[in-house]
Amino acid sequence: MAVDLERILRPEDHPLEPFEAKYMMLASGEHMVIRQIDRDEIPDVLPYLEPLLHVERDYYDVVCARIYSELLAHYRYRAQDEYVLIAQIEGELAAVVNGRQVSGDLGMSLHTIALRRGLRVGAHAFAAKMEYHIDILGHKEVLVVAESPIGFRRWMIEYQLDKRFETPHELGGVPSWSLTKELFDRARSTLVVGRRPVPPELLAKGGSQDPATVGSTHAPGRLVGGHQVHVRPDGDRPHCAA
Amino acid sequence: MLSEGRRIMRNVYVVGIGITSFTRLEYPVSEIAAYPSMMALNDAGITDVDHLYVANMGSARINHQTALASAVVDSLSLTPAGAAVVENGPASGASAIKAGFAAVASGLHDVVLVSGAERMREVNNLEATDFIATLTHPLAEYIYGVTLPSHAAMFTRLYMEKYGVTERHLAMVAVKNQNNAMLNEFAHLHQPITLEGILDSPEAMTNNPYVAEPLRFFDACPVSDGGAAVILVSEDVAKTIDRPPIRLAGIGQATDTHAVHEREEPTDLLAVRRAAAKSLEMAGLTPQDVDVAELHDAFTILEIVESEEVGFFPKGEGHIALEKGQTALDGSLPINPSGGLKGKGHPVGATGVAQAHEIVTQLRGEAGDRQVNGARVGFTCNFGGFGNNVVCLTFVRED
Repeated sequence: MAVDLERILRPEDHPLEPFEAKYMMLASGEHMVIRQIDRDEIPDVLPYLEPLLHVERDYYDVVCARIYSELLAHYRYRAQDEYVLIAQIEGELAAVVNGRQVSGDLGMSLHTIALRRGLRVGAHAFAAKMEYHIDILGHKEVLVVAESPIGFRRWMIEYQLDKRFETPHELGGVPSWSLTKELFDRARSTLVVGRRPVPPELLAKGGSQDPATVGSTHAPGRLVGGHQVHVRPDGDRPHCAA
Repeated sequence: MLSEGRRIMRNVYVVGIGITSFTRLEYPVSEIAAYPSMMALNDAGITDVDHLYVANMGSARINHQTALASAVVDSLSLTPAGAAVVENGPASGASAIKAGFAAVASGLHDVVLVSGAERMREVNNLEATDFIATLTHPLAEYIYGVTLPSHAAMFTRLYMEKYGVTERHLAMVAVKNQNNAMLNEFAHLHQPITLEGILDSPEAMTNNPYVAEPLRFFDACPVSDGGAAVILVSEDVAKTIDRPPIRLAGIGQATDTHAVHEREEPTDLLAVRRAAAKSLEMAGLTPQDVDVAELHDAFTILEIVESEEVGFFPKGEGHIALEKGQTALDGSLPINPSGGLKGKGHPVGATGVAQAHEIVTQLRGEAGDRQVNGARVGFTCNFGGFGNNVVCLTFVRED
């Protein structure tokens, strides 16, 4: 008897509400668009990540290897209920974030990787991810971990995350931290920004979504822009000295 | 008495310069000092020095390395030259240059290498902030949790109320200097910013949050690793070296109360005023003779205030000169063409030496896209503590 092995191996996704694209102005004066991509665009994203597989500083190698595999698994139907958001500045890929819905109440934040630094690109993308979990998917909490000290500062400290150490996170089984709706509401006025709808000309720069499909997970377009990866591991600044 | 002494002093020239990138450097602080020193030696075309001064503030505390000068002199194969560390807080760099100047001017030495280095990013931001805060008064300030950002914030608030400086003026300094840094390959921050992005847009408060109100994120310099070096020589030696004749023509140093609240008028930076006056007087110049200046903008407010205390602009009008573009790269008196501490970075022990490096580069006409045309007189202000120990240097191109 023939067995459809693929049917066994492929998890069945649950429908997820789409993330409506938004945009914001960065400190540089540039506009950044954050939008959702579906499987079709993942092959366009992966080449931008590859150079970072070998950057040890700030755990870029670990984060990149993991998010690369997660995106690939999503593309090849080996992850369940995963989503991917990307940030683009003038069409150029600036950040990738992803996560997963565990249940109707629980989200699992997977990774945030910034390809440009010093502009809160990663922080804005992470905030969009949390917005997606809490406001759109309606999760009561999102489990979060950080692999780098920068991530710890951005997530655990800035959002004052709760400890859920009794719950292993999907990433390496390490103790989880939790962003609840209450914590997100507290951070909303200072850390979560973005304007909607995205002007068509900005989306066009992104080479991404047809304005008519804003809010759809099925964006027809492609990434544009150079392949230069802007990672200045020192671009992120702690405090000051006189 | 000073002028009597000056009569017997020899002229001192800068014949070699070197600098590292200001960024996060992952090698020992002694190597951070050695690398620009090698560049400076190469620049001057010399292989031996009589003495080495190393400016550093925190290697013992944050890098677990003491006796830094002994390590550097050996690393450079300059033994048996004399070697010593100069620690004078964030003014260590210019203080070391002053020590080198005195050694050459007095006739004790003919060739002195001054290197400044700091490796601050070995520790996290909280430790770095605490390390810098140790320069405050231990009983009147530090034990109450005072940090340099909090000091600067209180100072800024007073200055705003008294002279009409606004957050927009502070942001204008940040934009000017960070954009100047785009033209400096050694600068820490290679990221242009705009007033709209950090002040006016709906996202500005998130992009540029308050760190210590009224100071925001982009009002503060980064914490940097880095090193810089200069070679000081006597006139006789300078004549044998084929480099433009840049004379270190004036040095002024002044101190003020350790605790800021003990100052009669806390918005006055008297040590800057006095150190600048001494330096320019020694050079026989006035503030109006200066073509380009590097001022210690650890916080944006300091560039504005120092520009007044030095005498470039009347007290309380530095922000007006800024508004008019006078301190821009194409203005009548460009300030911080290197990006300043704000854009270039602030490895504390190296900063005063790096300021000298920039001025010599400018006076040589080697500053590329950030060159101030026709610059022949340059000035630096290296600000220690919260204005309690300041060293100002005046450089003159003589040919």
